[in-house]
Amino acid sequence: MTTTAIVFMVLAMVIVWGGLLASVAFLIHRPELKTWPEGAPAED
Amino acid sequence: MSTPDSPVAAVKAAGSPARQQWSGQFGFIISAIGSAVGLGNIWRFPGVAYENGGGAFLIPYLVALLTAGIPILFLDYAIGHRFRGGPPLALRRIKRWLESLGWFQVMICFFIGIYYAVILAWAASFFVFSFSQKWGDDTASFFLFDYLHLPDAPAGYSLQFVPGVLIPLVLIWVATIAVLVLGVAKGVERANVVFMPLLVVAFLILVIRAVTLPGAADGLTALFTPDFSKLGSADVWIAAYSQIFFSLSIAFGIMITYASYRRRKANQTTPGLVVAFANSSFEILAGIGVFSIIGFMAYQQGTTVDQLSGLKGVSLAFITFPKVVSEMPQSWLFGALFFASLLMAGFTSLISILQVILAGFQDKFGLSVRRSALWIGGVMGLVSTLLFATVQGLNVLDALDKWINEVGIVLSAIVMSVVVIWVSRKGGELSYHLSSLSTFKVKNLWLFLAGVLSPAMLTYMFIQVVISLIKQPYGGMPQWFLLIDGWGAIALAVVGALILTKLAWKRDPDNFEAWPVFQPSGK
Repeated sequence: MTTTAIVFMVLAMVIVWGGLLASVAFLIHRPELKTWPEGAPAED
Repeated sequence: MSTPDSPVAAVKAAGSPARQQWSGQFGFIISAIGSAVGLGNIWRFPGVAYENGGGAFLIPYLVALLTAGIPILFLDYAIGHRFRGGPPLALRRIKRWLESLGWFQVMICFFIGIYYAVILAWAASFFVFSFSQKWGDDTASFFLFDYLHLPDAPAGYSLQFVPGVLIPLVLIWVATIAVLVLGVAKGVERANVVFMPLLVVAFLILVIRAVTLPGAADGLTALFTPDFSKLGSADVWIAAYSQIFFSLSIAFGIMITYASYRRRKANQTTPGLVVAFANSSFEILAGIGVFSIIGFMAYQQGTTVDQLSGLKGVSLAFITFPKVVSEMPQSWLFGALFFASLLMAGFTSLISILQVILAGFQDKFGLSVRRSALWIGGVMGLVSTLLFATVQGLNVLDALDKWINEVGIVLSAIVMSVVVIWVSRKGGELSYHLSSLSTFKVKNLWLFLAGVLSPAMLTYMFIQVVISLIKQPYGGMPQWFLLIDGWGAIALAVVGALILTKLAWKRDPDNFEAWPVFQPSGK
């Protein structure tokens, strides 16, 4: 593979797979709100 | 990642019956990823990226993901979750007359469902053929003539059935109905929980083997070497927006429906980011796998990747890929892994398409899960068989797919975005809904992207496509056939939507209160 192709392949992997890991990490860290707006349904 | 939602399998909106519900956040996310990751991720993205600038395509692709894909995905989530229904019910609760747009989306899903199933039937057949390499040396001739029995005649309709397609097609419909009768949590979600990890494992094995083949590096060089001169072309940007748009399963009801099965307090946008990036992650993985294999093919033939043809779509999967497989060590394993991956990716998408139709009929006519799955699945299976298990199946599918995707879905997205955000002035309310329930907040930027940039880009795409379809008969097919199979399908979707809108509701759909309560003053 050429160096340019390697750089762009790594960039694609870092940005897209990194985006996935970052969003999963964010979700694990903050899965949902602690408090909800008024009138939250009780059955939830 | 998983936050256990309430075990209570229903949420009661004021005056509405219990609504089905995912077992939790994980169940929703894996099902939404299962819907988004489909045939297009495997057979469309790699070829589109290669043709449109290689490594440089990454730029418009990411811009399209962030400025149109994720914003429209969030719009779908907000509509389905806030207004607690499939597309007809949720859109009606925004504005009464918008119900017809919801039924238009249901009709689109009907058309996609009937032809998507037949591609899965082909994949199932080729999975079996992998073990003996039944396709021989001339894979194009095998697929088109020995397997599909395509006649040497212009495109048209036929009642001459092909048993080799008919039998797996019936099995696909039986399997689909079997999943749908079990409902959202026990059927759709469980199918995704089983098939998505299997898909990832099967595809990873395929990719790892592919990158170690001789010539793989040349294939990857062809895919990732950037051609920045292409970024000045509007066509490349349209290709990026199209890829993101069609790949994410947005704007034709699936994500509205899936979001409506989430509990009311569910986090909206953060899981959405996971779904969107997971979908793109699979596309990058597919690009690496597919172009490694294509590089190997070029190596075997003593040529270069740019001299090869059939690098995407049906040709890639059923003509090019079998040819490469035959030349590989452990060819049966490679073939089986590839077609099993297509089958699993496609199956989880097919059940999501069908679920939109079921939700529409359950909401409006009060049908039970079992009854709606059996009747709708049965009728669609019959239509699918009559149209696509025949010698003309490929032609009927080709034209229908072109019009439903590039005219129907794009039109649905433009109308939904403009009407919901601008005509009905619901943009602020939906933005408030997303932000007030989610850990990732969206505000005016989301409104701009979903309400201005995305519809503007999509309108440009739509005009370009319609002009090209009018100017030149698609695929060299007869005009009468395109009028029926292409434009006729769009017309039928509109008429069907209007008729279904006119029918009476079993229960009052408007006896409903959205939560959280929105006060335009900003409070």
